[in-house]
Amino acid sequence: MDKESQTVTAIAEEKDTVGDFTFPERNKFDAGYGLSEATVDYICDVKNDPDWVRDFRKKALRIFEEKPMPTHWATKDLETINFDKIRYYLSDGERPKRSWDEVPDDIKETFERLGIPEQERAFLAGVEAQFDSEAAYSNVKDAVSEQGVIFVNSAEGLKEHEEVFRPWFGKVIPSSDNKFSALNSAVFSGGSFIYVPPGVKVTHPLQAYFRINSENFGQFERTLIIVDEGAELTYMEGCTAPKFETATLHSAVVELVAMKDAKLQYITVQNWSSNVFNLVTKRGIAHENAEVRWIDCNIGSRLTMKYPGVVMKGKGARGEVVSIALANDGQHQDTGAKMIHAADNTTSNVVSKSISVGEGRSTYRGQVHIPKHLKGCVNNTECDALLINSKSKTDTYPAISVKGNKHATQHEASVSQVSEEQIFYMQQRGLSEAEAMSLSVNGFVNDLVREFPMEYSVELKRLIDLEMEGSVG
Amino acid sequence: MSLLITDLHAAIDGTEILKGLNLEVPKGEVHAIMGPNGSGKSTLAKVLAGHEDYQVTSGSVSMDNQDLFAMEVDERSRAGFFLAFQYPAEIPGVSNANFLRAALQARMPKGEDLDAVEFYKEMRDKMGKLGMDQKFTGRAVNEGFSGGEKKRNEILQLMMLAPSYAVLDETDSGLDIDALKVVAEGVNTMRSPARGFLVITHYQRLLDYIVPDVVHVMADGKIVKTGGKDLALELEEKGYDWVKEELVTS
Repeated sequence: MDKESQTVTAIAEEKDTVGDFTFPERNKFDAGYGLSEATVDYICDVKNDPDWVRDFRKKALRIFEEKPMPTHWATKDLETINFDKIRYYLSDGERPKRSWDEVPDDIKETFERLGIPEQERAFLAGVEAQFDSEAAYSNVKDAVSEQGVIFVNSAEGLKEHEEVFRPWFGKVIPSSDNKFSALNSAVFSGGSFIYVPPGVKVTHPLQAYFRINSENFGQFERTLIIVDEGAELTYMEGCTAPKFETATLHSAVVELVAMKDAKLQYITVQNWSSNVFNLVTKRGIAHENAEVRWIDCNIGSRLTMKYPGVVMKGKGARGEVVSIALANDGQHQDTGAKMIHAADNTTSNVVSKSISVGEGRSTYRGQVHIPKHLKGCVNNTECDALLINSKSKTDTYPAISVKGNKHATQHEASVSQVSEEQIFYMQQRGLSEAEAMSLSVNGFVNDLVREFPMEYSVELKRLIDLEMEGSVG
Repeated sequence: MSLLITDLHAAIDGTEILKGLNLEVPKGEVHAIMGPNGSGKSTLAKVLAGHEDYQVTSGSVSMDNQDLFAMEVDERSRAGFFLAFQYPAEIPGVSNANFLRAALQARMPKGEDLDAVEFYKEMRDKMGKLGMDQKFTGRAVNEGFSGGEKKRNEILQLMMLAPSYAVLDETDSGLDIDALKVVAEGVNTMRSPARGFLVITHYQRLLDYIVPDVVHVMADGKIVKTGGKDLALELEEKGYDWVKEELVTS
């Protein structure tokens, strides 16, 4: 059987159980269960961190220990996370791979089983994929490095490119931002560091795949992307996790910096298994006339809390969050956006669509901040929720603080339900109830899905189909 | 080979609407059902399609000897039953082309894919015949369509899905005379020995353009009179009260 037909077979066989498999673990280093200063030291030793990083981690650990869980506004479900039963560092000890041929076969097989579309293989030359806590594969396209672009994992970034890395690291999102950014700062491993020099426009999107392999193992990747003056970059990450019986914690921090006139777009498609706590802090700074866009799709997980933000620090800066969330039975998507206007004539746009299926729950939290001394700021917020069943739930918490009268803000929210007449109509044309539901849901998010690159929109459609299959009956 | 309805009783929320309806539409024929408002015409259409708001309390419907009521809504469709809706639903975000593709794909054997090139060719061709602008391929199904555009779209679907039996529920309502002609022409091109039609209408006007083989008059949940195409003209002239009166006196 040739490679392509093998892939097709694998996808067909695994169609209904995407993410529901695992492979033998090959972990040389293991920090053990629980979190203490010794754990942090262990990680620093294994990773051979410089002293400044060790200090950074230890300060963050103290902040993490002091900060209470944010349950005064967030769900009590957070209290079920037992930090003593999590392994904070696990590595196969292998150096990041430089070519596709060097990637171990079982990892390749995982990619295949996850049904990563064939088109993606074409991009794989520029892919970095995190396998457990280290990048298992990291290959910068020659063309990209020729342009002076740095694309490495964060461990390499902080050591080999300290002069670029250090001034911004932890500056967009300080360790003290929230309990989970502190946790990440204490134990981070993996993630990407990218620097795009002034004026360089990276035409191909850079990609990374993240997944969780070891049970009870939390992933704490840390990504920092700096796009210098007038440069442009699109970064994509996709996550699919195998199913496990006990809760898994994923707590990433992603910091973006767009210098004057730069454009930076960060695209995420996630499909976590429904035992994962996905508690992520993502924020970008946009300098003068720069643009930061978050395009975010969250499917699955037990609880996702994620509010990508943009701080518009320079005049004329633009921030945008486009997000899709799908919550199925037992899942809670608590997502939104933060738009902090900190200069005149800054513009932000938030478009959020959520789908609640079965007993799924989706929550939108939006923060828009425009202080009094500014002028000419514009915000547009649109959030639409679609409920599939009568037990589905959605709620919206917009917090718009606009001071002064020289601004324009607009907030629109809607809640709709797939109507029985719609489903009946589609069924009368020969579609099964699940197919009809799936088509309706795809229609609901269609205008946002177009924002995703082609291969992702195909994958998204497939994920929605899978989710809908189990929702009727 | 026919769509055979025998002693059909159906109710909504406990109220009986169809009260022992008998009707046979053989393949190759066009039958019209006319009747006053509230006679149960649209209920019949929805019961045949399998709408869950209606309860079939007794009677049977067989489609080419298959028990229609043993099938789900979508199974009936794939087995060859089509309903052109009086009020077609809108499906935001789903393009006409994608919707029709999905409907045709649902009829393909497992593992086989619809030929996309052939599909678009056929769709454009049929849209041309219905005087529909090509941009309708990309527009969301029925969303923001005028009444006439919605009805044309129903006929487009009818033409693409080529069912064995098609029920047209008040397809003429809300159409001006030009649109009516186009829609009727579309239906006429689909007349074939392999297909039966049941055209439900309140007015005779539609039947000037879709000339029926048989006309039935429905009142109070039953077929009360059956005749040739002249019956429609007679109804137009005398009004439904004439039928009602006849009923009372008989």
